[in-house]
Amino acid sequence: MSGLPLVALVGNPNAGKSALFNALTGARQKLGNYPGVTVERKAGRLSLSDGRPVELVDLPGTYSLDPTSPDEQVTRDVILGKQDGEKRPDALVVVVDASNLDNHLRFALELIALGLPTVVALNMVDLATRDGLELDANILSRELGVPVISTVAVRKRGLDHLRQELDGLMNGAPAPYTKGPAADFDTVRSEARRIARAAIVRETPSRRLTAAVDRVLLHPVIGFIILLALLFVMFQAVFSWASAPADMLEGWVTALGEAVTNTLPPGIVHDFLLQGVVGGVGAVIVFLPQILILFFFILMLEATGYMARAAFIMDALMARVGLSGRAFIPLLSSFACAVPGIMATRTISDPKDRLTTILIAPLMTCSARLPVYGLIISAFIPARDVGPGIGLQGLVMFLLYVFGVVGALIAAWVLRLTVTKGQSSGFLMEMPKYQWPRPQDLLIGLWQRAVIFLKRAGTIILFTNIVLWVLMSFPKAPDGVRQSEYSIAGRIAGGIHLLVEPIGFNRDISLALLPSMAAREVAVSAIATVYAIDAEDDVEALDKGLGERLQGRWSLATALAFLAWFVFAPQCISTIAVTRRETAGWKWTGFMIGYLFVLAYVAAGVTYWAAVAMGLG
Amino acid sequence: MSVLPLRLTDLPLRQPAYVDLIDWAALTPSEGQRLREFGLCEGASVEALHHGGFLGKGPIACKVGRMTIAMRRAHAAAITVRTGPETPGSELGA
Repeated sequence: MSGLPLVALVGNPNAGKSALFNALTGARQKLGNYPGVTVERKAGRLSLSDGRPVELVDLPGTYSLDPTSPDEQVTRDVILGKQDGEKRPDALVVVVDASNLDNHLRFALELIALGLPTVVALNMVDLATRDGLELDANILSRELGVPVISTVAVRKRGLDHLRQELDGLMNGAPAPYTKGPAADFDTVRSEARRIARAAIVRETPSRRLTAAVDRVLLHPVIGFIILLALLFVMFQAVFSWASAPADMLEGWVTALGEAVTNTLPPGIVHDFLLQGVVGGVGAVIVFLPQILILFFFILMLEATGYMARAAFIMDALMARVGLSGRAFIPLLSSFACAVPGIMATRTISDPKDRLTTILIAPLMTCSARLPVYGLIISAFIPARDVGPGIGLQGLVMFLLYVFGVVGALIAAWVLRLTVTKGQSSGFLMEMPKYQWPRPQDLLIGLWQRAVIFLKRAGTIILFTNIVLWVLMSFPKAPDGVRQSEYSIAGRIAGGIHLLVEPIGFNRDISLALLPSMAAREVAVSAIATVYAIDAEDDVEALDKGLGERLQGRWSLATALAFLAWFVFAPQCISTIAVTRRETAGWKWTGFMIGYLFVLAYVAAGVTYWAAVAMGLG
Repeated sequence: MSVLPLRLTDLPLRQPAYVDLIDWAALTPSEGQRLREFGLCEGASVEALHHGGFLGKGPIACKVGRMTIAMRRAHAAAITVRTGPETPGSELGA
């Protein structure tokens, strides 16, 4: 916590709060967590016009101070000064959507009644104009008793004005006049309505873009096909768009490795840097482009307002397995990473619904598994087209995702009939207006994801690789014995190998399984390290791509079984930790680990035996 | 302009209507609260926009005031509406 004055940004969901937050703070944001809960804390620094810094915190959107889900609880607690680790805000910026005034003003009135210094940002006035609404901010300000600034966050309009008003508030301008404690819900609502009507100067019924687009996108058949097509394009893009930048990164990693070889004398330091650090971490870093492309699509779907439509389309299907369309959003986020996915279940109010969603979230193929899939697919699946614009590699990748999804739906269905039995909860959701996202907002989002990924590569993945390298390098194997088998790690892997041999896993895989629990991507770097160590100073072998070396040592059946394992296997330590925190204990976490292990073992086994039977062994 | 009340589930698409009655007892307290926060209350104008569902009966998207919201058919069945525009100030249900 900084000692700076704290200003909280608060408002209804879809009021354009995050865009305003980005416009006010730029890229200087800090992501963190509130202690004890997994709701993300987003804070940034803002300079007032006299240069004085204040800390701006972006609170989760909510409809009232009467929370129905855990993330809304945080907003309420921060504003009331009851949240651990956060002082009570010194001032509030209440964000309202100009084209949805009567609804958003009700919450604004509730907030103003708290008596904190407040300024209202009348946001997205441009979209209101598009909707045929003309508003008078002065009337609004007079009626509410607080300053009201018209803003268009995405075009940076009104921001200086907003800063000036904050200036005034922070310099001891009088707090709003309040008529005492908040009145009951209906009274506040009619008051909000009255004020909204007073502030609307002109209202012409106009053709609404959103309604027209929805006629297509929410169509029961066409909408469903469009959603599937979108997802398909997304996964194809992950493969095809990423290849050029990934090759470039790989070139850099190779160059770095050569630089190490050329500058350092042969010896333990040289081996450590080349095999443990450059080889291991480098093998993971080349997947940054794919991960960013995936996040780009997810951020786009969120920012345009399409995500809520996807939930609408999926609700009927989700209802069949006892979930709601709302669960689709955390599940789709889990394709990027299960940790934010599981955190996003905090918007689901029904506890059993939420628990089921958490339990199946790891079955959505997260981006950390992309390196594993990417490596195996490019090594074993030929790069040819099976149709116009449809590559076989992309298709296999898509199928792996589909297996995860189908497995998740079946798992949810079984869970809802057994351990998480209960009445299925409803589906109530706002469908936001469509918007074209501002490129900067997307870039900030991508930048944050890139930093998180690189931090992982530099900390947890690097650390695991170093430990692994040490375990694999000692004791030194005598001539004629493979180092990866003779070492400590090799002996541990030997034990694991006994368990996984029936499902077609070789010793390399056995060795990779354990460290891959720290982070999925480590499976790739672990295998890379195995081959780097075994190759020793065989420069020719090191020059060969990892994929090429795999082709020589794995059968296709083994490779397919390995892929099937990774579709279902229990996920990394971070996922397990967040599950433990979210389900408040080890009971459901242990259950999750157990059922996923069984699923993974069976899936890999069936794949292996089937492939061998077809003569691919 | 008094017309027979009908359930929101039966309201034809894009037919302006207003809420006549909400059977709050058929909703859980948190569902009721969320609907109220969406601005759904007796007298609010409402228009059904889309019926979802490709595999089975899906949710209903409707316009309430200037907002579009989605709800399951079970919720919509608890809402009785009358067609015709809302007339401000008039007593409802007369």
